[in-house]
Amino acid sequence: MDEILLQILNGLDKGGAYALIALGLTLTFGTLGVVNFAHGALFMLGAFVAVSVQNILTISERVRDESITFFEAYKEVPYLEIWWGETGTMIIDYVVPISILVAIPVMLLIGVAMERGLIKHFYKRTHAEQILVTFGLAIVLQEIVKANFGANPIPTPAPDIVSGSAPVGAWLGLSENLVYPYWRMIYLAFAAVIIFGVFAFLRFTTFGMVVRAGMADRETVGLLGINVQRRFTIVFGLAAVVAGLAGVMYTPILPPDYHMGMDFLVLSFVVVVVGGMGSLEGAVLAGFLLGILQSFASMNEVKQILPGIDQVIIYLVAVVVLLVRPRGLLGREGVMED
Amino acid sequence: MKDLLKSNMAVMVIFTVVVLTAPIWLEPIGASYPDLLQKFAIFGVFAIGFNILFGLTGYLSFGHAAFLGVGSYTAVWSFKLLSMNVLPAIIFAVIVSGLFSLVIGFISLRRSGIYFSILTLAFAQMSYSLAYSVLTPITNGETGLQLTLNDPRVVDGMFGIPVTNSLPSTNFFGISMSGYSGFYFCAVFLIIAFYISLKIFRSPYGMKLLAIKSNQTRMKYTGFNTRPYLLSAFVISGMFAGLAGSLMAVTDPLAGAERMQWTASGEVVLMTILGGMGTLIGPLLGVGIIKYFENIFSALNEAALHEAFSFLPEFLGNIMVVIANPFVGEGWHLTLGALFMIVVIFLPGGVMEGIGRIAKLFRKDKAGSDVLTEDVVASSSEKTDGGKS
Amino acid sequence: MSNILEISNVNKTFGGLHALSDINLKVEEGLIHAIIGPNGAGKSTLLNCCIGKLIPDTGSVTFNGRDMIGMQPHDINHAGMVRVFQTPEIFPELSLLDNVMIPALAKRDGTFKFNPFAAMSKENEIREHAMSVLADVGLDRFHDQHAGSISRGDKRRLELAMGLIQEPALLLLDEPTAGMARHDTNRTIDLLNQIKERGMTKIIIEHDMHVVFSLADRISVLAQGRIIETGTPEEIRNSQKVKEAYLGEEADDE
Repeated sequence: MDEILLQILNGLDKGGAYALIALGLTLTFGTLGVVNFAHGALFMLGAFVAVSVQNILTISERVRDESITFFEAYKEVPYLEIWWGETGTMIIDYVVPISILVAIPVMLLIGVAMERGLIKHFYKRTHAEQILVTFGLAIVLQEIVKANFGANPIPTPAPDIVSGSAPVGAWLGLSENLVYPYWRMIYLAFAAVIIFGVFAFLRFTTFGMVVRAGMADRETVGLLGINVQRRFTIVFGLAAVVAGLAGVMYTPILPPDYHMGMDFLVLSFVVVVVGGMGSLEGAVLAGFLLGILQSFASMNEVKQILPGIDQVIIYLVAVVVLLVRPRGLLGREGVMED
Repeated sequence: MKDLLKSNMAVMVIFTVVVLTAPIWLEPIGASYPDLLQKFAIFGVFAIGFNILFGLTGYLSFGHAAFLGVGSYTAVWSFKLLSMNVLPAIIFAVIVSGLFSLVIGFISLRRSGIYFSILTLAFAQMSYSLAYSVLTPITNGETGLQLTLNDPRVVDGMFGIPVTNSLPSTNFFGISMSGYSGFYFCAVFLIIAFYISLKIFRSPYGMKLLAIKSNQTRMKYTGFNTRPYLLSAFVISGMFAGLAGSLMAVTDPLAGAERMQWTASGEVVLMTILGGMGTLIGPLLGVGIIKYFENIFSALNEAALHEAFSFLPEFLGNIMVVIANPFVGEGWHLTLGALFMIVVIFLPGGVMEGIGRIAKLFRKDKAGSDVLTEDVVASSSEKTDGGKS
Repeated sequence: MSNILEISNVNKTFGGLHALSDINLKVEEGLIHAIIGPNGAGKSTLLNCCIGKLIPDTGSVTFNGRDMIGMQPHDINHAGMVRVFQTPEIFPELSLLDNVMIPALAKRDGTFKFNPFAAMSKENEIREHAMSVLADVGLDRFHDQHAGSISRGDKRRLELAMGLIQEPALLLLDEPTAGMARHDTNRTIDLLNQIKERGMTKIIIEHDMHVVFSLADRISVLAQGRIIETGTPEEIRNSQKVKEAYLGEEADDE
């Protein structure tokens, strides 16, 4: 019982990341009709916004290390600590939350630039060409990051106050061993807030209604004389922000490296397909479902019966879903089918 | 010229001569050493095969690297268990990758468009992950599959080939497969692969594949069962990939899982697009360009750049070095990605389309009023015999 | 005369909408049988049920004594029932000649033939046949143009050529003259009359009464998913039911 609960909890935060990335992916697909292979790169860029913020906050001066007396030792002390002492240390400690505030405008800007500069020229091209050009863009983005930040994962810790684990088991009157890191809990809550935010935005604003109408029937909305172009740009920007925030928040769980976007991209495509192309609810549902499924598949008991299942479970699900129910769990009939 | 290129014989003679003399005419651009030549030939086979699927049917597979990897593993196992002779290794590799692609193709081809791409991608990623984890007894995991001193090599043993203290090298009935002989061996397969592709492009079978790309629904109502057409094309291209994989093992007898990663699949897509998908020569041009520049660019470093720009005034030179530096050496992939985008944006038909446009300009200058009719003939023959005009 | 196609008790609903209700239709061999009716009467749905694009809810479609329901489109084609589409379904990237050669290859090669080493350039018989059919529809001069680049009317004629070259026992024509200029329409009528002698049965769906009455041997009138009358052109002209349901609206045109 404990074990099962633990696996569900473990799956939820990964599922949250999948859901957030897939949400943006299916949003761009549903409204713009663009298959964006660079979407994973946006997730990665979000993570590196956090890394950059951390780098900026910890710009340091070399000072004499007084604690070492028997030879001349130096240490790096961030200016923030020199100027503001304790407060400075605290600011540095809160790098990830601060990064969220930075990431929103930055990712919006990147998203809008990407759409204006590249994506909009590909609305009328074939899906194969969209895949190819965004694939190229993804490579360019990740190589730029690699050139600037190196190839190794960069640890970006969560604030100290939430670095421990919550005794979930004790709360629920179960085993003491059942603990769940606070940060993952926060991630989950954060993912939920973003998801509800996006849904609320789409449901309750005029803008969102047009977008949803566009997802249902793109041509008609275009014919209504609504300025589709501008809305497309905003939708793409929104998708970029969602992916970026997912990336920022994920950094304490997984130290970011330049190819994390590609890893998540393939998985999120699978999530989108399983959920149903162009279905927002489907993407969220499939994201959490696959996250949990993956974490169950990595249980030792399961692996003993089906070795390697943890590596392939998601792809396996995708294959089965595509073959049995090509429109996905919640997809509408006829989207991208022959 | 055009009539000449309509004859298969003439095309093959020209192609054979060009390939076999490659070490000579690639000398001036510094690309005539065996390692690089082997790469040209091997990736040429890979891209030609990929083009039979993607270029003719329009089905974009993102998983062809899996077949390449399967070919490599099979070949190395043949070296380990049977013989260091390359012939059985190649034969087994082609058969095994053919069977593998039959299974994957059978399932993936139940869907089309982007769903097909994602299915192939999913299968390739599964193969890759499994090769790294559970299949370690077969693939030797992260280290990669290598030859060892105590491999059985049953057939070699039967023929009394002496066991030495060092690792044996691959051979073709005694001819060592390193250096130029390795290149010529691969070149022969490149020529055979090209011949097969030429025949397919100019056959009724190839024309039907092209028609499937153009309008699959219509093909069904015209009386064709499109599934076996697509599956056969998929398997052929999978076997070509397996052949290329085995040739990699022939020139360097080891196999690693990274060969199956989807970025490797992306590379062959890029080569085909860059050269010109659906044309006979295009994919080979793509291979040549990418492998050549990969070689040059990844070898460059800052010092070499300073030298290259030394003809400029110093501060200009420094600026150029700063601009160029991220694109060379480790940054080669950045160049590749940028190239990918530029080609898809500006020249979706690849280099072959570029050549076509230039040729058209020249024709306009010369032929004047004949242009219209000329164009029509050229473009229609371009479709049927693959842009060789 | 025997019936080449028998449609009995066919029903088809979409959601709650009865697209076809209880259709019974017999098509005699060798004749041109026209199906007319106002928009939304179910004409195209009926054709789609014949060629396997749609599967009727009930009833049977018997062609040459064989039940067609549930058969794959390519098998229906080889059984001898071929459809010419209303909106041109051609191969836009291929030349006109190739467009016509492909159905000819289908006729010869069957649903699947793996012959990667045969040479297209040696298919002279098929090429000549395709050229002659192109000449029949008046497109032979443009045989090497891309099919995507010709006018809409020409595409319709190309469609027709693609159907004719297979010499099917039954050709289903979905508004073969829609979108054509008057003189092209007349040419198409002449062409269809000419090939009448070849013993091909045809079902024609048409809006244009001029076309229907100059071609058809039999006419069925479809309204609101039901066949309200079948008969010779003369009978249809004089039928009170038809006048009420359909021709009344068109009386000004005639």
